[in-house]
Formats: sequence, structure tokens, C-alpha cells
Amino acid sequence: MSTRISKAGRLLDRNKRLSFTFNGRNLFGFQGDTLASALLANDQVLVGRSFKYHRPRGFVSSGVDEPNALMSLGHGGNFEPNRSATTVELVDGIEAVSQNHLGSLDWDLGFINNFFAKIFPAGFYYKTFMKPRFAWKHLFEPIIRNAAGLGRAPSLPDEAAYDYFYAHVDILVIGAGMAGLLATYELAKSGLKVTLVEQKHYLGGYALSDDFEVDGVAVPKWLENIEKKLIDSDNVQIKKNFTAIGVHDHGYLIGCENLEVAEKMGRSSIRHRLWRLRTKQIVLATGAIERPLIFAGNDIPGVMLSSAALDFYKLYGVSPGDRTVVVTNNDSAYLTAINLYNAGLSVPVVIDVREESSGDLFESLRSMGIRIEYGKGIASVLGKKRVKAVELCSLTGEGSVQETIECDSVIMSGGWSSAVHLWSHCGGRLIWNDQLDTFLPDASKSPIDENGEDFIAVVGAASGSFWPSEVVQNVKQIVQKIQKKFKTSKVKSSSISIQEIKYGDSNSKYFTPEGASEKLKSKCFVDFQNDVKLSDLRLATQEGYESVEHLKRYTTLGMATDQGKLSNINGLKYLADFLGREINEVGTTTFRPPYTPISLGSIAGEARKGLFKPVRKTTLHLWHEANGASWEPVGDWRRPYAYLKKNETIEQAVSREVTNTRNALGILDASTLGKIIVSGPDAANFLDLMYTNMISTLQVGRCRYGLMCNENGFLFDDGVVVRLAEETFLCHTTTGGADRVYSWMEEWHQTEWWNKRVFIQNVTEQFTQITIAGPKSRLLLEELGGLDVSRVSLKPLDYLEGELAKIKARVFRISFSGELSFEIAVPSQFGLEFWEKCLETGSQFGISPYGTEALHVMRAEKGFIMIGDETDGTVIPQDLNLGWAVSKKKKDFIGKRAQERIFMNDPNRKTLVGLSLQNSSEKIPDGASVIIGGVDQANDNVIGHVTSTYFSPTLDKPIAMALLKDGKNLLGRSIEIPVDSEKILKAIVSEPKFYDAEGNRQND
Amino acid sequence: MKKYSAFALVKEAFNNHLGWGRAWRHAQPKKRYKVIIVGAGGHGLATAYYLGKNFGIRDVAVIEKGWLGGGNTGRNTTIIRSNYLQEESAAIYEKSRSLYETLSQELNYNIMFSPRGVMMLCQTEHELRAMKRTYYANRLFGVQTEMVSPMRMKEMIPIINTDGPRYPILGGLWQPRGGTARHDAVAWGYARAISSWGADIIENCEVTGIVREASKVASIQTTKGSIDCEKLCFVVAGSSSLLAELAGFRLPLESVALQALVSEPIKPVMDCVVMANTVHGYMSQSDKGEMVIGGGADGCNNYSQRGSFQHIEETVRALIETFPIISRLRQLRQWGGIVDMTGDRSPIISKTPVENIFLNCGWGTGGFKAIPGSGWATAELVAHGNPGKLAAPFSLARFVEGRMIDESIAAAVAH
Repeated sequence: MSTRISKAGRLLDRNKRLSFTFNGRNLFGFQGDTLASALLANDQVLVGRSFKYHRPRGFVSSGVDEPNALMSLGHGGNFEPNRSATTVELVDGIEAVSQNHLGSLDWDLGFINNFFAKIFPAGFYYKTFMKPRFAWKHLFEPIIRNAAGLGRAPSLPDEAAYDYFYAHVDILVIGAGMAGLLATYELAKSGLKVTLVEQKHYLGGYALSDDFEVDGVAVPKWLENIEKKLIDSDNVQIKKNFTAIGVHDHGYLIGCENLEVAEKMGRSSIRHRLWRLRTKQIVLATGAIERPLIFAGNDIPGVMLSSAALDFYKLYGVSPGDRTVVVTNNDSAYLTAINLYNAGLSVPVVIDVREESSGDLFESLRSMGIRIEYGKGIASVLGKKRVKAVELCSLTGEGSVQETIECDSVIMSGGWSSAVHLWSHCGGRLIWNDQLDTFLPDASKSPIDENGEDFIAVVGAASGSFWPSEVVQNVKQIVQKIQKKFKTSKVKSSSISIQEIKYGDSNSKYFTPEGASEKLKSKCFVDFQNDVKLSDLRLATQEGYESVEHLKRYTTLGMATDQGKLSNINGLKYLADFLGREINEVGTTTFRPPYTPISLGSIAGEARKGLFKPVRKTTLHLWHEANGASWEPVGDWRRPYAYLKKNETIEQAVSREVTNTRNALGILDASTLGKIIVSGPDAANFLDLMYTNMISTLQVGRCRYGLMCNENGFLFDDGVVVRLAEETFLCHTTTGGADRVYSWMEEWHQTEWWNKRVFIQNVTEQFTQITIAGPKSRLLLEELGGLDVSRVSLKPLDYLEGELAKIKARVFRISFSGELSFEIAVPSQFGLEFWEKCLETGSQFGISPYGTEALHVMRAEKGFIMIGDETDGTVIPQDLNLGWAVSKKKKDFIGKRAQERIFMNDPNRKTLVGLSLQNSSEKIPDGASVIIGGVDQANDNVIGHVTSTYFSPTLDKPIAMALLKDGKNLLGRSIEIPVDSEKILKAIVSEPKFYDAEGNRQND
Repeated sequence: MKKYSAFALVKEAFNNHLGWGRAWRHAQPKKRYKVIIVGAGGHGLATAYYLGKNFGIRDVAVIEKGWLGGGNTGRNTTIIRSNYLQEESAAIYEKSRSLYETLSQELNYNIMFSPRGVMMLCQTEHELRAMKRTYYANRLFGVQTEMVSPMRMKEMIPIINTDGPRYPILGGLWQPRGGTARHDAVAWGYARAISSWGADIIENCEVTGIVREASKVASIQTTKGSIDCEKLCFVVAGSSSLLAELAGFRLPLESVALQALVSEPIKPVMDCVVMANTVHGYMSQSDKGEMVIGGGADGCNNYSQRGSFQHIEETVRALIETFPIISRLRQLRQWGGIVDMTGDRSPIISKTPVENIFLNCGWGTGGFKAIPGSGWATAELVAHGNPGKLAAPFSLARFVEGRMIDESIAAAVAH
């Protein structure tokens, strides 16, 4: 059984007992444990079920590469599925539950899949479930979907908080094993600002579990000394629980700091913090990941990596079992065997697929009298929910059993893969090293920064320096190179003496036995979580899925939550063998961020709920809120749709607001309209290019309605342009279009017409803009006092600047309602004061605020277009009878050339018309299609669609506008609007002007 | 070619599945083909398939510089829908969708088309109006869609947040026969079919030159030698501009990176596809249980197949607001593809300035759903030398004439 051993457990504080539960069972661990080590210490070896066959599974690794030990933690708004127990630091009160079983973990009904495994090889679903056709969606797929998935989904919204940090650092060292710590120490000595990040909750990496000596002390002690020095160093920042997630172009790195423990202890209000770091130099000291060996039954609980067993023993004082069989292709498992033996545990045999071995560890094993079997392999592991025995076989044979050896755990090592993920995120190439049996960064094809220079250096095992003395040398070289890059004064590297343990050569065998029968191959697991077996790789390659990507996609190899950290290289080795090629020729699948999965919450950061696209508020927002505004989102803003009075429906309110404005006086908050100042000697000329109209002829003090088209000639924004001064223009845009128009102008200025002397400023929020509309609007302005707004002084489209009611104001005589109307802009800080003055003074004229819907009704009654309603990206100004606003004289403007294309002048283009219903008060449906001559099969009768539709209180009837093919020739004709399969409305086509077509009211 | 069936699977189980042959032959180029299709993605393979099926043209090579299905076919979010606003688009996408319905049976390869429904959210009054317009247009053009109230939506998709603080959901456009399919399988299934009737699929073969004789192409040069052809068809998405340059003409295309990501797998929690255009994101759950997430394309042109983190961030934010429970799920993988965007965001299926070169490209962010229909229309174009009714509106000439087919009002978001 797995149990706690008193003489080991470096990270534990045995005085602090912690309680937790697993599947409801109360268990205890110690401060310093991971959930995995604590479970193992309680002999909980079976911890999960596999994805496809629901096979019983135990711990394979001790780190982020763990494929099996996924659990659900917490509940309610703190519930989280799929947490790997090896990465969860134990705190008091953790509630863990195993996943992916029907019934209990021990008795999983889903295990039935395992009996059908023969019929369900890789990709079986591509070959069946096709008949009858409906059965896929209604029968087979639901079964598959329910069987798949791992943990269940959270049922409540996340209660935790997340945030972002931004930082600039000179040098970022990733990974705090021996290489990372040493590199940080040496770099810091030369005065550079260094940040060291480590994904685990402790520093030291695998070196912490190792047995060699540095400078005459055991390596853990030496590491501890360095850590102390770094903590005391002013220019070093150390971050534990920090995973470098992805490297992006130009030294941009995303990292995730896990603050869960601090959060649970009440020391942090944040659960995960996403760091965005800009670095000049990254030092990768990410170490290496041990690979499993492949043999039948290598997935049975109790089989684990030798490095994991060593970690569990050394760091947490947990034994993998009482009798441990070792199987390996290299010496690193020897180290584990020696340690377990010295702990008083039994190691009945070390099975070594090599022909021989030499070196210090071999000598130790021999002197201890541990049995070593060379040239042998495991035919099969026996046991169901726990290892019971292994069957020894010759490596070269088909797996005939030579001896059955009883044991309760198996530790394996199939060699080490350098952790090169981050190197390749940003374009760094990899090259296979036969001798070291791993991919290594190809220094000749490294990721480059914005200056075209290398910005990632690799040290330690990640660069292929597996031995301590190599690490020291390798760090020395890299540090010198970086010192040169940063032009720091030369600081001599520390001289470090290593008493190294000599290892024998490893070999590249990855499965046993070499001639495994098909039956054995179907129990040889390559990807544990996704249940990909050697027989699946064989089947895929046999069927021609022999590109590494095809193999991966067909079998799902490497697509589990560990992202192939354990399985990819073994899969590649199989593929290379099959194709008879070198691994380098077979290639590798692309590593992409994230290195390990990160919470979606951390990606979103604080931008949630109210902070998700924060609402922009005008200075009058609170007033609207207090006065019954029913809100409508428009762009990033909210605008009052209508102001509701007691017992009033929205329709009634809109009707009241329209009528009051038409008959007396209305007031509107128009502050959200975009306001862009374009100034400079070339401003007029630049705007001539931006707008379809001629802007340069506009006189100072005058306004002009302008249209903007894109390169394809299509209308995308409109608004009134005012010439404030000879070289200064104020361009109004739509509410939703303000930012777009501003960027649009900047883009053209910066990329195409950069030689024009123009400055562009978005001053949308600097002014509160208020529309005063209605027959009594002039009376109000006169009453407010300060400006001569008489018919003679302020003609339609005139502009005046001065003081109104003692507040600095700009007054534009423009109208979007068809009434006599003034738009008044005052500096934002006076917005509310001015608005209230208007209301107060206007009460004698019956003033009442109106919202966006009343505005829209009134503009539709007048036949004014609305961007987004009458336009849809395919409409040119001419379609909307706005040809008058498109200059014929100008040499060029954006969209001019496009508008000269044949189809733009096609008589069959849709043009804007009005629609009125005959004898009906029913509203014409929004967006409805318009036909003429009845619905037909070929749809040849569809002539257009309804663009805007309202009930007009002024005319007391429904009105609508539509874009119809050859609309001009349809005036007076009857058309049909199909509402549903039975109902067809009949309407009459008219000019799209329903009210005061001559414009007498607005020009009064 | 061995027929796939449950019976065959069981039979093979007794033989350790040693009897299955290659899904497609590993071909080396012949001296000459009647038609060479460049690009063994979904669209290229489908073109070859319908050339053989509808026109009996089977002397065809499909050449591919990398691995089959390795471009956008293997990088998309597998959404299939046809609820397009413009008549021309609705026609080709609906043709495609209806071909998907029976594709598994036709190819004898389960491509897992699953009409689980596609819901497009309306989160502003303006969007609601635009969707209604689409609904009315769809109805007349025979695309089955319906408008759904927020209440009904909540019943259909319990994890959706219909009254988010920022953009409450006002309604939705529901296409019940839209859904998803297994993207790789589409490419593999077509490949297996055409290979079985003798068409050659040549992977790891890059086009390096195009040899013209007068106004026609005589042969192409590749990393596997020179190959003669009677007709040549480019179906290479993001690399279209590069091939066109080799052939001596330019295309109105921009290539940009579009990204997607998936969460770790969880038990079924959402059955349909949801697209949120206002906040910019879409999500579905794969059969494996992963939440498949997509969003907007990068703003700058590039060919690097990796995008900016900013878009991942914006997309995830949008979807957490829409589906608050996903916040505690973890992002497992992300990837990018290079999409070829036209000025009106509609595809090009067209003749080219070179007499016997044909072109299928410009699917931008939404090509997967179009694979069968696009192959169907392109095959017709290549076989006859002139486009049929489906392809005609998507000619290169439309940019010269201004006959844009713009869907931006209906699909502001990538699909």
C-alpha cells in the first residue's frame, strides 16, 4: 500500500494537520502536501476513470503533466471540474470528488465500454452510426455526448474575482529548478532586473529530489541557500505559483499567477491573476518532462513515472507501494529505486530494456543487491484497480511470460523530453537530438524580437543540459551572452564545484516487448486520458493517417487536458518507426499557448458584469434615470428610448413626446452624437476626401449635412459638418459611428494622406449637446437670452457661438425632426445646469423631454434616413435619393471611383420609397420582404424590404420606408408584404416624405 | 474500398482491425491530368468529388503543399448554417447545408453532421431589426428559421444569461437545421471517396511555378516535378493571393489570422450553437465535451497562423457575460487559421484572367459550412468553363461592376 514514511517529506510541516474529503470520505494531510500526495498517503491509488473506456486510473505524474487524477473541487459558485490533483496545494477543507463514472468510482457502470473496446478502436465512429440517418442526432450522438466529457459543468456563476497585472521586466527567467535559480543569481549579480517565475508552490524543481552535492552540500540545501540570497536581492522578484502560459511576438508574455491558496486563506481577494509582461529577454529554464514507457497494463493504478515516485517520496514522504517494480530505459529510475530501497521498501526487480548499464547508480544498485534484468520488458501488468504483479518477458520477443513478479506498484521511465513549448510558441524551431532522445530548441532558428534579434535563451534540461556540471557551464555561457546584450559590467561567474553522480547511457526504446502481439498492443496505453493505445496508432497508420497531425486528429492522441505532455513524443516515435523515417522528418505538432490550461475567468480579468464594456454615460444620465427613462443600448451608450410617466405604456409615451414636440416644445439629449474636430491648413481639403460632399466651399459659421462612404462606395455614416473657423471643422457623426469615424479618419491620414497638415481630435465627451425642437423653440432660446437667434441672424444651417443663459454655447440651427430646431453644445461641466435651465424656462412653453424613439418617428415622418436602418453596407447615397450630397465636381473622395461602377448606375437598383397601408392601423413588420405579384416559387417577385416602420401619431397611421427595386417607377403602385404563410399586407408606394414635404416648419 | 458499417467493425474486431485499408491512396503525380485542383482542403476535395460525381470527370489530381485538410478545414469551429440575408448567399449556403444532411450516407463516412440548431442572439434593437429582416428573407428563400423570444431561448439554452447588465438579450434567430459536423472527417470522407475512383491526392507537394502557353496554362511546376493539365483550379484560401501571383494576376483579398479556442471537456451542458454578434463571440459544445469558442479576426494582415492574445481576451469576456458558468472552466487549446477576406466578405467562385484557371476562395471566416455547396458549384464551373446559377453571383467581375454581396448586417461576427 501507499503510505506516509517518516524519514522523508522535505516540504511537509508535520505539525500542521489538514483535513479534506475525497468522495465524501474524511482524510488528513499535512501543510505542504498537494492533494495528490495527501490522497496517496491515504492509500487512495484509484483516483479517476479514463475518458473513453472508463478504465480505473491512478496517479502517473506529480505535476502539470498528470493525465488521470482529474477531480471536481468545491461546490456552488466555487465548483470547479477537471482539476489535476497534482497541482492543487492542500488547504484545510478541500472537498474533492472523482469524475467521469456512472455510479461510484469503484464500481463504474461506464466500464462496460471497456468490454467493447475491441469494437471501439480509434475513429470507430467514422465507420458507423450512419443509418438510419436521424439516429445519429437522436440516438447515437446523445449517447456519445453523455459518455464523453470529464467533470460536470458548474451550475452557478463563478463567485471568484480575477484581475490583470501589467509589468515590464528586463529579464524573465521561467522555471526555478537548478538552472533557473543559478541563472537568476548570476544575472542579478550584474545588476539586471530579473523576475523569476515558477509554476509550482516551491522552488528547486526536480533538483530538490536529487542526491548529488554542490559545493560540498546536498543539493536541496544549496538550492535553499541560493533562494535566500535571491530573496535578499533588491533587483530580483520571485513569483511562485506562476505559470508562463504563452510567448507572443516581441517579448510579450502571458503568465497566470495562481492565488487560490491565498484566496482560501483570506489573504487575497483575487483567485487568478493574469500577468502581461513585456520583457527584453526571456531565459527558459523549464526543465524536462519524464515520458512513460509503453507496455500492456501501463495504465493500471499503481503504475507511475519514476520522477513522480521520487517526488512523492522525497518531498511528501509518501511511498508508491510496498513492493515496487522498476522498468526503465535510462538511469533516472535507478535513483528512485535506490531511494525506495533505502527507505526500507522492497524493490523486487529493476527491468531494464537496455543491454547493459554503467555508472554510479548502477554500482549502488548492484551493491545493494537489487536484482536487475537487462534486455527485458514487461509483457503485462496484472491487476484491475491496483497493480498486483508484472509479467516479465524478453524485450525482443512477442511477450511470452518468463516470470510473474508480485508487486503493488510499478515505476517507469521512458526517458526525458525537454520542455520546449514556450520556445516554439513564437516561431522557434525544434530539432530532434538522437543521443539525448528529445527535441531541443534549434538555436539557429530562434524566436526574434522587433529588432530581429533573439530574445529567448534556454538553459538547463530544456536546452539538453541534463547533468548538473553541464547546467553550470551552460548557465555561465548564457549569462555572459546576456550581459553582453545588456552591456553590463562583467561580473565573474561563481565557481561551483559539483560532486556529480555518473549516469549510464540511455536508449530510445519506448515500448515493450518489441514484438508485442495485437492483443498486448490493445492494452498498451500511449495517451492515458484519451485511451489511445498502441493498437490505435497502428490502425491509424495502417489506414493512411500518417501525417503527425492526421494521427493526432484521428486517434485524439495528445488532445487531452495534458496536451500530450506525456504522450506526444512516444506517438512520434511510433510514427517514425512505422514510416521508417527519422523523427526530425516526421516533425512535431505545433505547440500553442496555453502551456497548461488557464481559467477563462483569468482571461476575462475584471471585465465582467458592469465592467464588461462599461456603459458610457452623458452628463445627463442620472437626470434621465430619475425621470423615468426607459433605456436603449446605442453603441457603448444607453440612451432614453422614452420617458415614462405613471401608468403610461411605452407606445403612449412615444406618442405623447412626438405630439408635444410637433405642437409645442421638445428637448433631447443628443450628447452621444460623435463630435470630431478636424483642424489644420489642409483640413478643408482632407474633409473633401472624407465626405462625398464638397466641404471646402462651406463658409465659416455654416453647417452642411455630410455623407461618408467606404472604398466600395457604400454609405456608412452621416452627420452635420460645421466650419468653426477657416481651418477648423466640427464633424458630427452618428452615436454608434463616432469611434469608427475617428479611427477611419486617422487611418486614412496616417496611411494614405499623411502629408496633409491635419489634426484630428475626438471631443465627443467634451460637450453636452442638447436639441431644442418644436414651434416654440425660438421662444425658449430668446427667453434664455444672450444670443440673437432671430430668423435673420440665425438662418437654417447657420451656426453661432456665444453665451446662452450665461453659459458658453454653440448653437447650430439644424433639424432632424422636421420642426424648427436648434442644437446647442455646452461644455460638459455645464451640461446639467443648462439642461435644467431649459426645462425650467421652457415650462411656460410646455417643454417636455423626448427619447430616441420619438426622434426616430419624427425623422421617419420627414423621410430622413437613419444609418443602419436605411443602410446595410450595400446602399449608396444615390439609392436614398441623396445624390445631391455627392459632389460631381470633386476630383476625388473615398468611394467616388467605386460609385462609378456599372452596377451602381443600374436602373434596377433598390431605391428608397415610402409605404402606406390601405385601410389599416396595423404596423408594417420590421425588415419584412416586399413582393409584387404574389409569392412565387422562384422568388423572382421579391423587390426589396422594409427598412423602417413606425406608427405615426402625427398622421395617425402606420408609415414605413422601404428599399425597392426600381422604386422610383413604383410610386402609387400597390405592393404586398407577406407577414406569415397566410397573411399578406397590401401597401401603396409613395415618396418617402410623409410630413411637411416642403420643409416650411423647420425653415420657419 | 471496404465499406464502413457496424457489421464490418464487429467483423474486424475479431481480426484486430488488421483488415482496414488506407482511407485514401498515397499517390505520386502522373504526367498529365484533365483537371488539377490545388489545395486538398474541404473545398478542393469537394470540388474533385462533385467533378467526378456530377460530371464524370475523374482524371483529377488534388495537390496539397502540407497535409490534407490542414488549412482552415481543420481549424474552424465546425458551424453549419444557412440563415444568410442576401439571396445569393442563402442559395449556396442552403445548398451546402442540405448536402451536409446526407453526406455521411453518401460518402459512407460518418462526418457527424448534427442539426442541433444555431441560435443567433439579438442584443440591440438594431440587431433585432436586422435579424427580423433575415428571418423574412429566409422564409421566402426556403431557409427554415424562426424568431425566438428571450424566455423561450432560456428554456432551450439554460446556461445563457438573457438579462446581462450590459446587453440584455431581446430575441434570437433560430435555425433548427443548422448545427455542426466533424471538420476533419469531411475532408477525410471526400478524400476516401475520390481516391477510390482513381483521383490522385498528392500531399506534401507545393506549387512552385505555373507555365503558361499564350493565354492558357499548360502545366504546373511542383516540388514533385512538373505536371501537365487541361484545367487548373485554385482552392487554397489564405494562400490564394500567392498562387495568383505565380499565375500572373492579382486578387482583391486580404489574409488575416482568425483564432479559436476550446475549454477542457465537460459533461453536456449546451446542445446548440450560439452566436452573439453584438458582443462578438460564439460557442458550441463538441461531442467530446469541449466548449468550442470563436470570435473576431485580427485587424492586421499576416500569414503566420497565430493571432493576437487581445482577440482571445475579447471573445472570452463576451462569452463569460453570455454564459457566466464558463468562467471556472479552463482554456485547453487555442489555434489560428489564415482566412482570405474579400471586400464584401462573400466568396469568389470564378473564372480568372487566365483562360483555363478557375478560382475558389474568399470564404473568409465562414468557409466550413459551405464546403459541399462550394464544391458543387466549383465543379460545375470547372466542368463547363462557365459558372452555373449558384456560382454566377460570386464572380471576380462583381468587384469591377460593384455587384457586392454584403452580409455584414446579418453577420457582423466571424462565423
